[in-house]
Amino acid sequence: MKTYCLELSGPWACFTRPEMKVERVSYDVMTPSAARACFEAVLWKPAIRWHVYRIEVLRPIRWINLRRNEVASVVSTRNVESAMRAGKGSLGLTVEDDRQQRAGLLLRDVAYRVHAGLEFLQERDAGAHAVKYHEMFERRARKGQCVNQPYLGCREFAAAFRLVDDPQAEAAPIPDTRDLGYLLHDLDFSNPDSPQPRFFRAQLNAGVVEVPHWGSQEVRA
Amino acid sequence: MSLARRYDFVLVFDVKDGNPNGDPDAGNMPRLDAETGHGLVTDVALKRKVRNFVALVKDQEPREPAAGEKRFEIYVREKAILNQQHERAYSALNMAVAPEEQAPAATESEAPDTKKKKPAKDKRKGSADEVFQARQWMCQNFFDVRTFGAVMSTGVNCGQVRGPVQLTFARSVEPIVALEHSITRMAVATEAEAEKQQGDNRTMGRKHTVPYGLYVAHGFVSSFLARQTGFGPDDLELLWQALGQMFEHDRSAARGEMATRGLYVFEHESELGNAPAHALFDRLKVAPREAGQVARGFDAYEVAFDGESLAPGERVQAAPGVTLRRLC
Repeated sequence: MKTYCLELSGPWACFTRPEMKVERVSYDVMTPSAARACFEAVLWKPAIRWHVYRIEVLRPIRWINLRRNEVASVVSTRNVESAMRAGKGSLGLTVEDDRQQRAGLLLRDVAYRVHAGLEFLQERDAGAHAVKYHEMFERRARKGQCVNQPYLGCREFAAAFRLVDDPQAEAAPIPDTRDLGYLLHDLDFSNPDSPQPRFFRAQLNAGVVEVPHWGSQEVRA
Repeated sequence: MSLARRYDFVLVFDVKDGNPNGDPDAGNMPRLDAETGHGLVTDVALKRKVRNFVALVKDQEPREPAAGEKRFEIYVREKAILNQQHERAYSALNMAVAPEEQAPAATESEAPDTKKKKPAKDKRKGSADEVFQARQWMCQNFFDVRTFGAVMSTGVNCGQVRGPVQLTFARSVEPIVALEHSITRMAVATEAEAEKQQGDNRTMGRKHTVPYGLYVAHGFVSSFLARQTGFGPDDLELLWQALGQMFEHDRSAARGEMATRGLYVFEHESELGNAPAHALFDRLKVAPREAGQVARGFDAYEVAFDGESLAPGERVQAAPGVTLRRLC
């Protein structure tokens, strides 16, 4: 498994806590699952898995509160299906009648250095070598190429990314040390109909969060 | 036809004596970054205007569309734009479905025995197909679904449409000043109020404006996601047009004068892109011409790419494989 380091930064971020997702409140730091999605936005194929193992926090943790008008409902598939069959119907929703005002407690001016390993699953691409994927990722990340622009928790908070070749030569993370409590590690998709969240006890140690391996004892449902 | 390139864009717009985006948390004052004093406009406010513009310019008539025709309906609507919910006609699916499968779809629900014949496994597979079809159908008929995406009520992941267009918050170039104006109305709403005032019939109101603010938002278009929703070059042209003209059709007492002052599109030659978006954005500088001067118009600012300002329609080579075009 070869490891890579991406620097991800942006003016805003919201890594929503699952227990407070109606009025969104972000975690203090990026979650491993959000970091994984950023790597996947650059390269993902069925034959590879990303494992995030360290998140370095590069800027002080700061907050902003922001309230937005949102809609309450989602597209009703049943209405869509009946309109699809009939070729006519009344689809659409009027925002004034379906409005919710929701506040969000967002992070601002964030930057992270995320270390992740690229695992190559030989059985999914029998004819290939791991090197193929390594080179693909390096080429893309170095040129700023991506499938879609990576984002920091929500799509409106786009992330700028940069491949870090030598993490030793970079600026140190923030000096904070504290207990961050339980942090979402990732969702367990082994049953695709009902993904289950799994958590770990995160420690910010001199600006660094060490992420335990997915299969380890520390990661709990 | 789908997109074969990645696009990153910068939208520059301004407001004069108006409120570009009220903050529900602060009594509808213009949104403000309290730490720096910069003004904000949320991504959703901008998307609302794109939707409204498309609803205005594209035919929304309840006519019978051709099968497989791409439609420009808007799913998330505003009453002011479409005052009532009509029963509308939608275009039929134009997908690689065998005709005999598609034709009896309308009768299938009334004839449950045809369904029963299917073995249990096939039926489940069929329902996943149906969700997929419903998604495709929504994308085909609704411009906003194919552009920005939508979440549908089925399943956990399968009901989500991720749109190719991603917008960020707009932020003002310099700190803004939010003014509060008291205004009077020479009328009252209720009789009780009139009696209380003994016929004076006056009420006071409040209005918030920004004397001048120039805002910058960033956006991204992913061709990979465009392929999934059927967002094509014609939709992209419409999006550019909408971003350029949307404020012209969003006049109101609250908005003051708003206008798009520049739309700078970085077109990458490859689908994955040829340069990092942030590096390109950083080179497009939007700055006041003279530091310390109070800006009250767009001419107080300069927009320049690597020190050179572009005329509308002009193109430059921004990086190997990336052309920058100023659209308006």
